[in-house]
Amino acid sequence: MKIIVCVKQVPDTNEVKIDPNTGTLIREGVPSIINPDDLCALEAALVLKEQYGHSIVAVSMGPPQAEVALRHALAMGCDEAFLVSDRVFGGADTWATSKTLAAAIKKIGYDVILAGRQAIDGDTAQVGPQIAEHLGIPQVTYAQSIKQDGNNAFIVQRQFEDRYQKIKITTPCLITTLSTLNKPRYMSVGGIVSAFDEKEIQLLDFAALKDYVDESDIGLKGSPTQVRKASPKQGKRQGILYEVSEDEAVEIIVKAVSVRA
Amino acid sequence: MDFNLSRKHLLLQELFREFAKKEVLPLAAEIDKAARFPYETVEKLARYGFMGVAFPKEYNGGAADNLAYAICVEELSKVCAATGVIVSAHSSLCAAPIYENGTQTQKEKYLTKLASGQWIGAFGLTEPQAGTDAAMQQTKAVLDGDNYILNGTKIFITNADAAHVYIIIAMTDASLGTRGLSAFIVEKDFAGFSIGKKEDMMGIRGSNTCELVMENCIVPKENLLGKEGQGFRVAMSLLDGGRIGIAAQALGIAQGAIDVAVAYVKERKQFGQRISQFQNTQFELADMQTDVDAARLLTYRAAVMKDSGVRYSSQAAMAKLFASEAASDVTRRCLQLFGGYGYSKEYPIERMMRDAKITEIYEGTSEVQKMVISAGMKVN
Repeated sequence: MKIIVCVKQVPDTNEVKIDPNTGTLIREGVPSIINPDDLCALEAALVLKEQYGHSIVAVSMGPPQAEVALRHALAMGCDEAFLVSDRVFGGADTWATSKTLAAAIKKIGYDVILAGRQAIDGDTAQVGPQIAEHLGIPQVTYAQSIKQDGNNAFIVQRQFEDRYQKIKITTPCLITTLSTLNKPRYMSVGGIVSAFDEKEIQLLDFAALKDYVDESDIGLKGSPTQVRKASPKQGKRQGILYEVSEDEAVEIIVKAVSVRA
Repeated sequence: MDFNLSRKHLLLQELFREFAKKEVLPLAAEIDKAARFPYETVEKLARYGFMGVAFPKEYNGGAADNLAYAICVEELSKVCAATGVIVSAHSSLCAAPIYENGTQTQKEKYLTKLASGQWIGAFGLTEPQAGTDAAMQQTKAVLDGDNYILNGTKIFITNADAAHVYIIIAMTDASLGTRGLSAFIVEKDFAGFSIGKKEDMMGIRGSNTCELVMENCIVPKENLLGKEGQGFRVAMSLLDGGRIGIAAQALGIAQGAIDVAVAYVKERKQFGQRISQFQNTQFELADMQTDVDAARLLTYRAAVMKDSGVRYSSQAAMAKLFASEAASDVTRRCLQLFGGYGYSKEYPIERMMRDAKITEIYEGTSEVQKMVISAGMKVN
């Protein structure tokens, strides 16, 4: 079985600050990491590889420096890696991104596609599901557990706030993964050496994909979403902690509420 | 000349750094206090290839190089010097001499287990009466049929009780001085081999440093490493490599101390401002970081020279001399920046200061490094 894992390189948002004037992320000097949910998708794929010998292919769309994320994926144990990169893909929203990635995945060939639930820089959770739609295959999102069932099916637990659904899905299919699914492994020393000395990052540019995606569906021009303005949310004010009796607490609350009203 | 790490080495550094922060740092204070060998960490180090960074894949190594190995020991030692020396002693003092001097059979039997981290390795040269003066070895090896019979005691052995296999230096012909020394691969389970007293040490307390006792210890003839009489050469050669490891450990300790000190001085306020705003603090840290960067350049140079196959004894000695003295100096000055809090075990800086001192002593004291360097200069 061939499992494709979608990997996005993102700025480490734990270290990122927001420009108060433009409302956008200040990316300078911020380390790039693999999106955490995508690491869980990689781990899930690698566990299935250990159990069933599947071949794992990492795919990332991004600028040339996204290669580092793919080397990381190879160093964890992926068999192949594809970088979907071209200047004409730049400025893509989730629609154009998913169109482009679906084209790349169709060209590479697949049985299962795993993707992280959402990326920590955009938080849309749209690209995975859209890829499945473009490819016309079934999908299960928010997977908290993935078990293979026979040769061409999976039993997936789909998480909700208070319960989970147990879904059987047959290949070809797409599954998006939650960070609670597993604890991703580290790269290994031998894996890193092999990622550089024995494996290659294969480039897919627009020329390579033009039979699979229309020019009107890629990049900035293929993106129906236009961001008017982004602004940081006002932080919540610091709460005040009272250590008082219940009666006093009621008084304080009533007073506070009536002042606001 | 290129002072930048390659993309491969940068990714390796990222791995070592992340692993150190998540897996090693949380145990550092506890294994120091309890003088406990971190078996659970070593298991993880093995899983991710840290126990055989520089050895070829055919022996289960990581197939990286000595520069990567130095970066590995540096990053581990930034947060825990004991974990750093566990890897260094295992790799440089046990696995490396088997790789460099062993027969094919010895490599297949021992190096595969060491490089994968399935087994832990150690090295025994020092004796109560034979420290720097290695020719004073009292441990004797006598050939008896198909076996050598070893008798003697080794002291201050890093990884001692945790290890499965040891490189032991013993005298096969006392009339020849250092040319009468031979090296042996000794398994812990060999008859007549036992672990002696555990040292209660000032620093690197998690490293399990003990005596090794051999009483009519039976070592099969095929476990002679190199030829009879080559023991001193084997020992000196492995110590050259070991000095890269200890230089990297010292470098890590020093950088780790600066890292925690910088975080502290940005928080601590006195006289109405953060102490990082005092010029004394700034100049102290600038001085220290300059020393540590110099130590890093010397250490990486020695590692790269080893990788390129040229003689590197003097350069490894310079790296070890400079980095270990920087470690002692920098940890002491960083502790001063912490003031009274630095003297408390609540902060890691006092542990770092205790850990630093040993790097000026083991695998050749600073004085020995000066002997090696001046010999390389043909001063005498």
